[in-house]
Amino acid sequence: MADGTIGLWTVPLAVFGGAVRVSTPFLFVSLGECITERSGRINLGLEGTLIMGAMSAYGISYLSGSPWLGVLAAGITGALLGALHAGICSLPRVNDIAVGIALMLFGTGLAFYLGKPLIEPTAARLPAIDFGWWSDVPQVRAALRINVLFLIGVAIAPILFWAFRTTRWGLLIRTAGESSDAARAMGYSVLWIRLRATMAGGFLAGIGGSFLSLFYPGSWNEGLSSGQGITAVALVIFARWNPMLCLWASLAFGGAAALGPALQSVGVTSGYHLFNAAPYILTLAIMIITCSPKRTLTGAPAELSITR
Amino acid sequence: MIIGETPLPSGALGVDVVAMTMRFGGFTALDNVELKVRPGSFHALLGENGAGKSTLVKCIMGYYRATQGGVLVGGREQAIANPKEAHALGLGMVYQHFTLVPAMTVAENLVLARDDVPAVVDWTKEKKLLAAFLSRMPFKVPLDAKVSDISAGERQKCEILKQLYLKRRFLILDEPTSVLTPGEADEVLGMLRAMVVAGDLTILMITHKFREVMAFADDVTILRRGKLAGHGRVADLTPDDMARTMIGAEQLTVQPPRVGEVGEPRLELTKLTALDDAGAIAVHGVSLAVRGGEIVGIAGVSGNGQRQLVEVLAGQREAESGEIHIRGDLYSASRKEMRRHKMSLLPEEPLKNACVGGMSVADNIAFREFDRAPFASGGWWLNRSAFRKDAERKIGLYKIKTRTPDTPISALSGGNVQRAVLARELGGEVEVLIAANPCFGLDFAAVAQIHAEIMAARNRGAAVLLVSEDLDELLELSDRLVVMFHGQLVHEARASEANLTEIGRHMAGH
Repeated sequence: MADGTIGLWTVPLAVFGGAVRVSTPFLFVSLGECITERSGRINLGLEGTLIMGAMSAYGISYLSGSPWLGVLAAGITGALLGALHAGICSLPRVNDIAVGIALMLFGTGLAFYLGKPLIEPTAARLPAIDFGWWSDVPQVRAALRINVLFLIGVAIAPILFWAFRTTRWGLLIRTAGESSDAARAMGYSVLWIRLRATMAGGFLAGIGGSFLSLFYPGSWNEGLSSGQGITAVALVIFARWNPMLCLWASLAFGGAAALGPALQSVGVTSGYHLFNAAPYILTLAIMIITCSPKRTLTGAPAELSITR
Repeated sequence: MIIGETPLPSGALGVDVVAMTMRFGGFTALDNVELKVRPGSFHALLGENGAGKSTLVKCIMGYYRATQGGVLVGGREQAIANPKEAHALGLGMVYQHFTLVPAMTVAENLVLARDDVPAVVDWTKEKKLLAAFLSRMPFKVPLDAKVSDISAGERQKCEILKQLYLKRRFLILDEPTSVLTPGEADEVLGMLRAMVVAGDLTILMITHKFREVMAFADDVTILRRGKLAGHGRVADLTPDDMARTMIGAEQLTVQPPRVGEVGEPRLELTKLTALDDAGAIAVHGVSLAVRGGEIVGIAGVSGNGQRQLVEVLAGQREAESGEIHIRGDLYSASRKEMRRHKMSLLPEEPLKNACVGGMSVADNIAFREFDRAPFASGGWWLNRSAFRKDAERKIGLYKIKTRTPDTPISALSGGNVQRAVLARELGGEVEVLIAANPCFGLDFAAVAQIHAEIMAARNRGAAVLLVSEDLDELLELSDRLVVMFHGQLVHEARASEANLTEIGRHMAGH
């Protein structure tokens, strides 16, 4: 080992640093999907939203020189895609899952088409905050360089948790997701609530995309997303539609994803690809343990097309 | 509330419906209907299923826009475009299906229902206000309990409290007592009656229970097939007058008398336990024997495990433990066993539980026998003309109203779907019959026919297990009555000696 001062501590440190880096897009997409699903709709199109968000963030950041304008652009793009999903789903006899798959392909294809000229140039990237200034060990410093978007995401999770309980919008979203009859009987428009919830979900997913192109890996190319958008949708089910659990699930997933590279960095190279599959094995294992054919999912919004 | 400047008179509101017609495409649901509800009165709206009662109140509440005619609130014509505008006028409605959100607490549901939900809810303050409101109300509900955890009776009280909390002055109740025990029904209606007498509230109640009309209502309006069939003061009418006005000239099937001997135990349940969808125990150690030539009725408020019990018997749900025996043979609801023991099922919601909606009436009638002669040769080649012939015979015999035997069964009315299931299940020999709420939501003619068929099956020697939420139906048909509460059988009585008050007490778990 290069400096030999921390030895095997490299592994947990790298896993921690990796968890923070890798989990950020998961965190944003899963929090966004959490809002959408709590209103009674599933938006599988968030994979497309993520990639469109990454492309538009990179483009705007390159053109304006401000990465934060890029983040905003990614959010707006995501909200527009969310509005498209909600708009199509509000037509009679339209299935939200089918629309989601169509939008996933649409978003990905559109992003590749519009993003062709962005592969070459370099855009301004998002800043990170150095929490490791006190240490001389380069691994510690690297692991504690934490990006600002992650901190924002960590703050959004408890805010959402609180908002679902104590704000009018939180209560309305839950009502639309649990019983559209009840919402209608109170004189609320369920379609309108779901439109806004899907737009909010798209906004967050778009920001998740901006992280990919503006921080880590930090460039725009067609191999940018490896299915984070779709995995995050599964994370929401795994997190039982609870924003705080979405946070922990994203971190666990990110940590598992960082395991392979971390082990490689200390010289464990056998089974590298197996360790890279750790997040997916983790997901499968948890799904099998927590699900049962005899009972319905606890916490699932009753109006979701998968629970009805 | 924001309706402070509304010029309507205070206290109970009167509502008049003038010459209302409502068409859905080519179908006329309401034809020139008049309704006059005096302020400060308890008004009953009677009619069979499909008579237009729900359409009428939904037009009042602004759910539907009537094709013609208008609504007068407090003597003034009002154009009510949506439920929100009806709410602003002080009109409220308690729906037959609960409109509470099951995953939320009672307090959340109450606050949510307000028109002015604050952007950020201060729960400490709201709970204090709610507690103060509840202390002025005649019945209590647990504020912090989740709605999914409270009983059906408490939910109905919650629905009514919600309307009172919203300061409604004209309240529509759609079959409010269908989920309550007789005791709970009397309690809730009695308290509402007191509020009406005090002049705070006007009530329009949709119902089909004459007992409640006679005991609580001042006036009654009766609809038949979308038309006004009669109205008047309850004091001037008898239940017979009202029934005749509801049904019109239609002839009802006469129920055969109770004859024959009670035989040997045929269907035996031993310590049967089953879970519900959430994994909680729904049926808890139920042991019961039904003899041939006997109808055993299971009474209970909906949601006490009856559904899961029937699903186990129907093979739709696995039992956790316990055994079912028919004629001494272990029974696990396979198709072979059902056929051998001549087992018949009339599940609740027949379109969902006993039919394939998109398949034809003839196919649905043939489900039990379709893979045997004469319907199939060699067990696989289907003989369509045999399907058709059998279906035509049964359609005539059971008076199923369908355009052709090839019409998809989902196009039939509820009563005719149930008649088709009846034709399939009771058309051949029957040794064991399981029926669950077989008459729920059906009209008088269908109910009379179904009751007659069930009684006839009993008289032919079948062992009948009848699960129903309708006590009158159980008392009419059963030989023996058991009460189910929280998944257990808690009380048993001979139907002829059954005491309504005592059964109601056991249904409520006391």
